[in-house]
Amino acid sequence: MPTLASLHFKNRIYYVLLAVAGLVATAGMFAVHMMEEHGHIISGMNNQIVWGMPHVFAIFLIVAASGVLNVASIGSVFGKAIYKARAPLASLLSLAMLAGGLTVLMLDLGRPDRIIVAATNYNVTSVFAWNVILYSGMFSLVILYLWTMMERRMNPWNKAAGLAVFVWRFVLTTGTGLIFAFLTARQAYGSALLPPMFIVLSFAWGLAVFHVVQSNIYSWNEKVLNPDILKRQKNLLGIFIIGSMYMVATYHMTNLYFSHQTGFEHFILRDGGVYTNLFWWGYVLVGNILPLVLIYFPGLGKMKCVMFASLLVVLGAFSLLYVFIIGGQAYPLNIFPGFTVSSTFGDGQIGSYIPSKYEIMLGFGGLAIAFIITTVSVRVLNFMPQDKPYISD
Amino acid sequence: MSDVNSQRRNFLKTSLGAAAVAIAPGMLLFQVAQGKSDGADAKVRWGMLIDTAQCKPGCNDCVTACNKENGLSGGIAVTDSQWIRKIDLKDISTGREISLPMMCQHCENPPCVDVCPTAASFKRPDGIVLVDKHRCIGCRYCMMACPYKARSFVHEPIHDQNPDVPRGKGTVESCTFCVHRLDEGTQPACAEACPNKAILFGNLNDPESEISKKIHSVASIQIRADLQLNTGVHYQGL
Ligand code: SF4
Ligand code: SF4
Repeated sequence: MPTLASLHFKNRIYYVLLAVAGLVATAGMFAVHMMEEHGHIISGMNNQIVWGMPHVFAIFLIVAASGVLNVASIGSVFGKAIYKARAPLASLLSLAMLAGGLTVLMLDLGRPDRIIVAATNYNVTSVFAWNVILYSGMFSLVILYLWTMMERRMNPWNKAAGLAVFVWRFVLTTGTGLIFAFLTARQAYGSALLPPMFIVLSFAWGLAVFHVVQSNIYSWNEKVLNPDILKRQKNLLGIFIIGSMYMVATYHMTNLYFSHQTGFEHFILRDGGVYTNLFWWGYVLVGNILPLVLIYFPGLGKMKCVMFASLLVVLGAFSLLYVFIIGGQAYPLNIFPGFTVSSTFGDGQIGSYIPSKYEIMLGFGGLAIAFIITTVSVRVLNFMPQDKPYISD
Repeated sequence: MSDVNSQRRNFLKTSLGAAAVAIAPGMLLFQVAQGKSDGADAKVRWGMLIDTAQCKPGCNDCVTACNKENGLSGGIAVTDSQWIRKIDLKDISTGREISLPMMCQHCENPPCVDVCPTAASFKRPDGIVLVDKHRCIGCRYCMMACPYKARSFVHEPIHDQNPDVPRGKGTVESCTFCVHRLDEGTQPACAEACPNKAILFGNLNDPESEISKKIHSVASIQIRADLQLNTGVHYQGL
């Protein structure tokens, strides 16, 4: 039973955390202001690497926002009680990350002031424009879904809303994958494997974020997660990690198989310097192997281990996205197959990119927005998972 | 308890408001993008035939002329705009060296136009692919999609613009085939500036035009023809 003093102390920590997040978000807005003022010249992005750090953050948040709903779907669609108890928290996280990710994506535009233009001039052939619909639709659906869970009168609609969210989120992650899959001229992208790969990645990343938040909520409230529930959830995380590793491996293996792609694969897997390091050390080791050890190694796999494993999965996700988005652009376009080329515009050269502090500030600003939405809502409303005394399924 | 309930109600109210804002763009989806005719002639398809045998390595006259005509700085930093660039090629198997100018290829099926979320990238009826500066939101998706790296993003505020060629910080731009000159009846600046007449500009749809006749009589290719974009720019001697 928490004492009064400890409650006061916690209250203080809560506001300190919120203030820090507020500062980070403000720093992000400051970065946006600077980029508005000076142009993207103060970012590390250039005419070769046109999407940079902000896109790494934004895509992580959006993909994880879709994946975290898996927790809700297993509850609502497949009727598993322990997941059902976690559906409200999962939905909240999804909304928070979607808001953070979209904010970053919007504010990185060359002309963020023209967002109304983007909303009113719609090009039906553009995957980007489809995604605008997918994201806004997802936002509304999840809110609706949350409503069916939190308002007793709406409960009967819960199953239908859950199903709609379930379907929508598949389409949404497919859409995110398609943004890249349609870039057929680029070696790194233009693969039909990307949408399914993003779906499986979203499962792992979303669940990892969920674990981190859940562990913190439990320890904040001085509660212990039922070991049976922990076991089931960590096994699921393990399966998702293995699944995503399999998809990423398949993507690279098929590229290696096509001879015109081998140059690109050698770049990423062997000669790419920072990209190669991030891939093997960041993604494969930190993002997959270590978490699997933490989850499955005998004697490990306790609450702390799983939370740490989840943090590592998130770090791995950032590494993979950096390699995928920035490494993918750094490798030069093959405009003249069979020729070596050089020019003043970086033809035939590996593109250079060093993220600037403004981009990083903007990215963390997005994380801070997600954090603020989550912490405030968790405190104001009841998002603590309410497990039944026994697990029926 | 009632306190919690009212908090909950407030939360839901705010959420519904947020949902409405989020849905709004979707509602406007079916607003038809305004057509652009620009007075361009749909019977014309502007194009170029570039003779690499005439293009001299080290010569940069077309690039200089383009920069001057369109008010570009001429800088070659990674963040500077380059609408046209010289590429030096070396055949890996034979060692043969070639030099050629590269710019927007004015594709008939332009990926940049397909992906542009706001329809700021568009193709005129006469085949010229342009960016509407007032509509571009600077997402750079078109730069990702262009197979020829033909586009540049304006990374800095711009001063001393050429009034005929409006440009804007935070938007994407590329070769316009000097559309402002065409409308006056003159050739693109690069074609005019080439001392060796390596760039032949004209109407691909007119069988009597010099460019059409030449394309019929000499061997020429479109770059990355495998992508089936049917580019307006053709190369000879590659
Ligand atoms: S060359 Fe690139 S910018 Fe020009 S029309 Fe084709 S895809 Fe668009
Ligand atoms: S940068 Fe501008 S022209 Fe290019 S796709 Fe985005 S909105 Fe369209």
